[in-house]
Amino acid sequence: MLRTLFRKHALATAVRKEGSSQTEIHHFIKLARNYSTPVLNSSMIPHVQTSDFTKYGGKYTVTLIPGDGIGQETTSAVKTVFKAANVPIEWEQFDVTGTSNEEDALFKKSVESLKRNNVALKGILFTPITKLAHSSFNVSIRKNLDIYASLVLIKNVRGCPSRHKDVDFALIRENTEGEYSGLEHQSYPGVVESLKIVTRAKTERIARFAFDYALKNGRKKITCVHKANIMKLGDGLFLNTCREVAKEYELTGIKFEDMIVDNCSMQLVSKPQQFDVMVMPNLYGNIVSNVGAALVGGAGIIPGCNIGKDLALFEPGCRHVGKDIQGHNKANPTAMILSGVMMLRHLGLDDHAVKISNALYKTIEMGSARTLDMGGTATTTDFTLAVVSNL
Amino acid sequence: MSFLRLHAPFRTINLTKRIGTRSLATATGTSHSFNSKKNAKGNYTVTIIPGDGIGPEISESVKRIYSAANVPIEWEEVNVVPYLKDGKTVIPDEASKSVKRNTVALKGPLATPIGKGHVSLNLTLRRTFNLFANVRPCKSIVGYKTVYDDVDTVLIRENTEGEYSGIEHLVVDGVVQSIKLITKVASERCARYAFQHARDIGRNHVTAVHKANIMRMSDGLFLDACSEVAKDFPDVKFDDVLLDRACLHIVQDPSLYSNVVMVMPNLYGDILSDMCAGLIGGLGLTPSGNIGRDASIFEAVHGTAPDIAGKDLANPTALLLSSIMMLRHMRLNNYADVIESAVLKTIADGKKLTRDLGGTASNTDFTNQIISNLESV
Repeated sequence: MLRTLFRKHALATAVRKEGSSQTEIHHFIKLARNYSTPVLNSSMIPHVQTSDFTKYGGKYTVTLIPGDGIGQETTSAVKTVFKAANVPIEWEQFDVTGTSNEEDALFKKSVESLKRNNVALKGILFTPITKLAHSSFNVSIRKNLDIYASLVLIKNVRGCPSRHKDVDFALIRENTEGEYSGLEHQSYPGVVESLKIVTRAKTERIARFAFDYALKNGRKKITCVHKANIMKLGDGLFLNTCREVAKEYELTGIKFEDMIVDNCSMQLVSKPQQFDVMVMPNLYGNIVSNVGAALVGGAGIIPGCNIGKDLALFEPGCRHVGKDIQGHNKANPTAMILSGVMMLRHLGLDDHAVKISNALYKTIEMGSARTLDMGGTATTTDFTLAVVSNL
Repeated sequence: MSFLRLHAPFRTINLTKRIGTRSLATATGTSHSFNSKKNAKGNYTVTIIPGDGIGPEISESVKRIYSAANVPIEWEEVNVVPYLKDGKTVIPDEASKSVKRNTVALKGPLATPIGKGHVSLNLTLRRTFNLFANVRPCKSIVGYKTVYDDVDTVLIRENTEGEYSGIEHLVVDGVVQSIKLITKVASERCARYAFQHARDIGRNHVTAVHKANIMRMSDGLFLDACSEVAKDFPDVKFDDVLLDRACLHIVQDPSLYSNVVMVMPNLYGDILSDMCAGLIGGLGLTPSGNIGRDASIFEAVHGTAPDIAGKDLANPTALLLSSIMMLRHMRLNNYADVIESAVLKTIADGKKLTRDLGGTASNTDFTNQIISNLESV
């Protein structure tokens, strides 16, 4: 009942943001929470109920997990910029690494903090390639806390060199099952089976998320990416469930189409402008987000967030650790800053979000302090200071 | 242009005990499954499967060009319309005998019959002839402009298992398990071919693409198999890269992979090979070869294009380039070079291009132009 009510409301308020400018790192909205508590107000992006967050003395408490690789450098850029912009945020920082033990006290504390604050900014934790029972912390956080949706925004940034122009799509990826189930066994020496799990319940949830997202952000088309011609049951279930959900949204005017993943990757590198919102199982999301990033200038500028029922975890969209440039002060903090900006909108701190993203885009466009990946020579520190001065 | 070169002169290395004494020809270094002999007239017999839709037209173009270039090949045309035998999709005996006898085939696009119980025809062919590796080179073509002009990738895809094992089941309503199957034997066989191929085309570097940080056991096994095979090829450099990183790098700067042979499991290969094709302008310009134990099949991987079938509008380039791979596989390198130059010259000149390449010419015009260019190169 509430869900229907909410959808009607969203429909009524959905307007395409015409000519959305570079300065908007828009589109982020809280969806999961809104199912139970629809926010009925007149603004296009529903404001967040701030009571959901820990706020003491007028400040929000946010969990910060810098992660491995370039994480320390890029999150400290965020801290510097946020401080300069007087953002009312108190960080609860946990320097966990991907190589520590799962029983690690610090790791447990960070998860507790995450559950308490319901919002976090996170770098990427390194996952070693080993056959020991060490699972990826990135995956286990998402799974244990049921952070089911990953949202990645792929859009050209003015001033950042790229091969393709006018790319602007949102990628929504199921985060908790599929190929990342972690269920593998050796049935006989030299014969390994790895299970890909697809369920109707989780597919329906992600499909609804995609449609609600499209609705609220004035997006016009959803493309379901799959390989149902080969994995007839698994991806077939994913595709059919998406189709069923699409029927419920027929009257919204959002177009629904599907595309086989190999064709999709080909279309992405030749005509990426055709995509608007894409929804897909876990592994394909991994591939498409990286292809998408490469279209517009690399992993350094792609923000992302992961959304669960109660909490939201913001992290760079391409999930690269960047061990190779760790500690060289060369990393591009844009992805992390933009993820932070998405977080500010999530917290309802829109003014701060606009101020910071304006400064960031201005810095990139002016080009005086571009980092290596954007064709410049500036260090992470130079870039961060330039953003601060543009505030 | 060496990118289509499948095999340098004959080479032998030892059969490994691991694989045993089966005639895994290509994988084990008897170079490949090609063992056909010339007939009395001094020609090789090659099976041709024209295929559906535009298949017959583009096959005809290839035949015309080959006869103009005096290639010592006689075509044996067969039909592979599948039927169900004991519940299994099979191709007619005559076709499978022809391919097995000739050990080489050229194949146009095929449409899988829609209806219950049919396995995709491509899958059926893979199973029938044990086609274990798919070779997909992509190189930028002068005369067809895309945003990338420095693409020169070679990708080898494991063709028989992985995510496409076809083993799936419904656990309870709404819960499906699909099994990705990775075996040491198949991984090694594919890796061995990749190393062999790298040597043959003069790229002394093989990169395995995987996701072993997440799929530790399955992709881990694939990666282990590759590293083990690498020991037998001390002259070829071996490294590995995560799937996401490979995607990012190829699309950002394909030249990073221009001196490498990539090898990967089935699904990743499927996605990446089409992505690379996208970089140079689509499946209409990319060749493909399926290397097998019993035979090798070279094919155009594009669709049957039923909308333009029979209208003389189709572009035969993909099938031609595949046939050129086939010629090199058969060690008819001189013919391959001549035909390849003529095709590339025709596209580079841009006078007679088919519609998909931005021209107005018919397939016949395009083919005639290639034939006239044969003499000038």
